[in-house]
Amino acid sequence: MIALPPRSVPQLRCCQASGCRSAGGETLLRGLQDASRESSGAIEVKGVGCLRLCGRGPLVAWDGPAGTALFGDLKPEQAGDLVKLASAAPPHPESGPEGQKAGNRNGEELDAMKGAALAALNAQRLDLLQPFFALQTPLVLENCGLIDPDAIEEALAAGAYSQLKRCLQELTPEQVRAEVRRSGLRGRGGAGYPTGLTWDTVALQAPGDRYVVCNADEGDPGAFMNRSVLEGDPHRLLEGLAIAAYAIGATRGYIYVRAEYPLAIARMRRALAQARERGLFGGGPGVGSFRFDLDVRVGAGAYVCGEETALLASIQGRRGCPRPRPPFPAQAGLWGAPTLINNVETLATVPVILRLGAEAYAAIGSPTSPGTKVFALSGAVRHTGLVEVPLGTSLRTIVETIGGGALDQRGAPGGGALKAVQTGGPSGGCIPAAQLETPVDYESLRALGAMMGSGGMVVIDAGTPMPLLARHFMAFSISESCGKCVPCRAGTVQLAALLDRFLEHRAETADLQRLEELCAMVRDTSLCGLGQAAPSPVLSTLRWFRQEYEAGVAVR
Amino acid sequence: MVSSPLSATAGLPAQARGGASADALIEELHRLQERRGWLDRDALRQVAAQLRLPLSHVVGVASFYHLFLLQKPTAHRCAVCLGTACFVRGALQLAEQLSERLGVTLDDPQGDGLWSLQRVGCLGACGQAPVLVVDARLLTRLPLSRDELPLLEQRLDTAGLPRAGANGLPPDLACQRPRPEQRP
Repeated sequence: MIALPPRSVPQLRCCQASGCRSAGGETLLRGLQDASRESSGAIEVKGVGCLRLCGRGPLVAWDGPAGTALFGDLKPEQAGDLVKLASAAPPHPESGPEGQKAGNRNGEELDAMKGAALAALNAQRLDLLQPFFALQTPLVLENCGLIDPDAIEEALAAGAYSQLKRCLQELTPEQVRAEVRRSGLRGRGGAGYPTGLTWDTVALQAPGDRYVVCNADEGDPGAFMNRSVLEGDPHRLLEGLAIAAYAIGATRGYIYVRAEYPLAIARMRRALAQARERGLFGGGPGVGSFRFDLDVRVGAGAYVCGEETALLASIQGRRGCPRPRPPFPAQAGLWGAPTLINNVETLATVPVILRLGAEAYAAIGSPTSPGTKVFALSGAVRHTGLVEVPLGTSLRTIVETIGGGALDQRGAPGGGALKAVQTGGPSGGCIPAAQLETPVDYESLRALGAMMGSGGMVVIDAGTPMPLLARHFMAFSISESCGKCVPCRAGTVQLAALLDRFLEHRAETADLQRLEELCAMVRDTSLCGLGQAAPSPVLSTLRWFRQEYEAGVAVR
Repeated sequence: MVSSPLSATAGLPAQARGGASADALIEELHRLQERRGWLDRDALRQVAAQLRLPLSHVVGVASFYHLFLLQKPTAHRCAVCLGTACFVRGALQLAEQLSERLGVTLDDPQGDGLWSLQRVGCLGACGQAPVLVVDARLLTRLPLSRDELPLLEQRLDTAGLPRAGANGLPPDLACQRPRPEQRP
């Protein structure tokens, strides 16, 4: 998946996603570039998007005559050694096109090399055949980690904008919408509403202006899937947005990115400038009357702006307060005009659907939840990073096989024992270890009191008490409530106070019922998704780990 | 067409209001804060005049978003991530340790006048949890188990985090208990 076929001129791909950069990847890349200039052998060095196994960053992939090898935990001072190793390795005459087989042979060559520095590098080699890599199905992330996100030439060579071109030249907007509808694609932002239906609703409004908005306000703690697309393959998102604009008849669009992602914002802006310069958004020959342009808008640290009506208010320069729906943004959104709002991953999937065809895409995943989904695996799990798998894959496969199971946290009580998996962030819930066979799709997770959410998956080990975790999420909801409606503004504070009673072992038996009643009230009467989902972490932990709450009742 | 209940002022096209459009407010605030470090009243007045918006509207927006600083920030800042992944890996304990070490209360923007400690929801570096930001520099995969304490202290030293008392303030400031809603 991140391996490339053998190449005669060796290439080093250094991960430049935020995670690896902060772990030293930025200095490492500079070191590699300097060393490659001084190197006698021909070698190419480039920065790429996420190479997936974030927990072992900074990562570098070496594509040589014998296929791809991946190194982790690299130190900037190892740049010289890496370049030496990559440029010195002799071409392997028998290496076949299967990169993985070749990678193994390559290992033997590495072993044959002398020197402590090379031995150290060898020890930092990561096995590309391990389940973490082998069980992934990259569609949305197919180019992420392979191409330089700042170079539009590389994106174009990898097929970016070819589906947009095809739409403009061969398909009517109705045909594009029909294709998306038949693919069964569901919104990847969390709610799982059929994307084709949303597109139709916007397209079929009365004639006039329309807008298309990409929600890149990825605020759920434990979620970094969208960031990886923005940072690793920005042109894919731009293509998806332009296709959506064509399909619904919009001429303007916005990408609303959270301010906490400065690198994603910079790369997105650069990609946008490159695409504009090349006339990819219309105006060129053979694309009819299609004209489209978009802006990158930056948030300012408000979780609630991930809610669609709050997001629209924020784009218009106002406080990010949600408003009651209807009217839905599809009817009256930005400046009162019909507005399509889709998540980053939803839009980034559109070019894949058009390339594969709706039927082929729908055949991936499960019948009710077709396609693949990117998950951000983190928490008390051995392999942390980015995982793209077909929907319907069991939680056990994701957490135990791909993730390698619970992490043995040194010195932490209960470390090493998997207790639950938290999905959907502060709006989601905890799935107990006993339910790990559950297939990950929209309906199954909801039936367990959790939700798909945007794709954050945090593994909880036995060292974390559930009421404490619920309290942690409640603190988040309190701090992020916009304050517009009372159930959310005041209810969350009261819920936190109730949870404190359990945490401090001074709860009464009746407090359990109070907790449940208040949860139901906040859920049923809040204005927007933030308030409605704020009790979910409490309700789901109450459902599966009730004894932990009962243990918080004071003994009299 | 159904008109959005909140779009009374925003319904006007940008040009009709003259100059920069009102929807540029957040961008404008970001620009100013980048230049000045924080947003004082004068800065907000200036934006209001520039965009032809009531000052109340500008203050309302600036105070809504967490990232806009309406008070002068301390010279040095430390942000501890309490996102779920960091939380599961012991960030709560890290926050306490930092509060003790710096001698400041968590989420007190004034700190000890030189350093302040705040918590953030998630920095998106979950793969490297637990993480911490010291003056815009991200520290990742911090060792938190008891036997690794010297290692942690050493990494904090290298990052330039002072130990309480180093700048003449009593460490017991850290013992003030935060209000329930401030507590993680």
